[in-house]
Amino acid sequence: MSRAVDVVDLTKKFGDFTAVNSISLSVETGEIFGFLGANGAGKTTAIRMLCGLLLPTSGSGTVAGYDIYKENEKIKHSIGYMSQKFSLYPDLTGMENLTFYGSVYRIPRKQLKDRIDKVIETLSLADFIDRPSMALPVGWRQRLALGAAILHEPKILFLDEPTGGVDPVFRRRFWEMLYRLAEAGTTLFVTTHYMDEAEFCGRISIMHRGEIVELGNPKELIKKHGQPDLQETFISLISAEANNA
Amino acid sequence: MSDVIVEHIVKRYGDLTAVDDVSFSCDRGRIFALVGPDGAGKTSLFRSMCGLLDFAEGRVEIGGFDLVSNFTAVKDILGYMPQNFSLYPDLTVEENLRFYAGLFEINGKAFEEKREPLYAFSGLGSFRKRRAAKLSGGMKQKLALSCALIHDPKVLILDEPTTGVDPLSRRQFWQILRDLRDKGSCIIVSTPYMDEVELADSAAFMHRGRKLAEGTPKELTKLYDGAVYAVSVEPSYAMMERINALERISARRFGASVHVYTPSDMGEAELEGLLRQHDWQQAHIERISPELEDVFIQLMGD
Repeated sequence: MSRAVDVVDLTKKFGDFTAVNSISLSVETGEIFGFLGANGAGKTTAIRMLCGLLLPTSGSGTVAGYDIYKENEKIKHSIGYMSQKFSLYPDLTGMENLTFYGSVYRIPRKQLKDRIDKVIETLSLADFIDRPSMALPVGWRQRLALGAAILHEPKILFLDEPTGGVDPVFRRRFWEMLYRLAEAGTTLFVTTHYMDEAEFCGRISIMHRGEIVELGNPKELIKKHGQPDLQETFISLISAEANNA
Repeated sequence: MSDVIVEHIVKRYGDLTAVDDVSFSCDRGRIFALVGPDGAGKTSLFRSMCGLLDFAEGRVEIGGFDLVSNFTAVKDILGYMPQNFSLYPDLTVEENLRFYAGLFEINGKAFEEKREPLYAFSGLGSFRKRRAAKLSGGMKQKLALSCALIHDPKVLILDEPTTGVDPLSRRQFWQILRDLRDKGSCIIVSTPYMDEVELADSAAFMHRGRKLAEGTPKELTKLYDGAVYAVSVEPSYAMMERINALERISARRFGASVHVYTPSDMGEAELEGLLRQHDWQQAHIERISPELEDVFIQLMGD
């Protein structure tokens, strides 16, 4: 089994501007990896390259075992993506949204019912699956969005600030679901500005001005930098160039 | 004296009560944080307090003036920063500031005098010719704050100014708030981040329209009833299910360890026995302090 993510010297330039500067990282299958960084550090550009949505300027690597240049279409079908902004159809019920996403991913009709049932069970969606999505509290909507993102059983799930605005009880339940997915072998690649969530990750990387400035287990990084917690560790790593927008 | 007094505010949208009998006050030279998730009613409360929404019941007093009967006086002393980015993306940093100044009839030389200290604290001076759309998230928020400060308001109401902002930018933003406070401003700020409560002088938790608790950060932490333990064990979904099926304790994963929440009448020995019964033999147990989020969750009654 190859690594979920394995990239070397990945670089993306837009004209004179280097958005991502030679980042290298590998993520094991089933790992929960936290991808942290300041606003504007280049996280989104890096994620778009990993998802096969943007070709790198240079560097090499694979995602889900597929080459990031030649096989980006295969990458798109092997990954799931959940954005912070609710991206489902507000007028459709949860069930209608899941059915719609199932057809987008071209899941055969016979399989789709089983897949949806499984997602409903895994994420405990049963109580609100028949309600219009816009009528749901934020936490439930995020669970539904997660459901749509995992319907095609992706090997790797990219989560971009999945818990923004969610209440703390939902946040805890949501993470329990993420752990469950990881246990079942899904690789999770998570961005978050909540440092407590970063501590839930097996490993994290911290990105600043296009580069990965630190990578490792959160507890070990805190110790290594002699800081009381991850928040202070993060701030100490990127504060040297504080006022550069 | 209290610069902001909010008494029994009720705001309804049809059948939905968005703000349900909320009261608090904040003195000058203090920061008051309102903490709660999306949908808690924070924005409805703030809009009511700024005279942007009519409310069904209650009263608001700002700087000694009644909001409803003396709105003109309130407007001059109140600065409001809405949650959504409200600047003009196509205008530069300076053009945005000039526009907001114009709304308060601060023009020409008066504007230039106001502008410089705002550039000094925000660090925006070297970006004065940059279009607002091209600023980073943290810088946008500093510009929005600068616009809210252009008329030297005594009272500042800031609706989630740090949501989606990275930890370093959040730290810098709060440093600015604390400097303003030390110069005598009264600051009311809402946030979804529990760690920002620690930076405020006092705070209230809000959930489903209601105020759950209010106090200094220390007072809020003390509200926790029970104990929290860090248990070093490699958790699995099945283990978590077993523990969470038990009536008196609950557990939450925390990376490679687990936090277990126990009622106040359960000692460490009893907890250890319980965990052993459920195959957590290898566990090393250490009592830890509850976090503000633990308090919030307990108060939510979930």
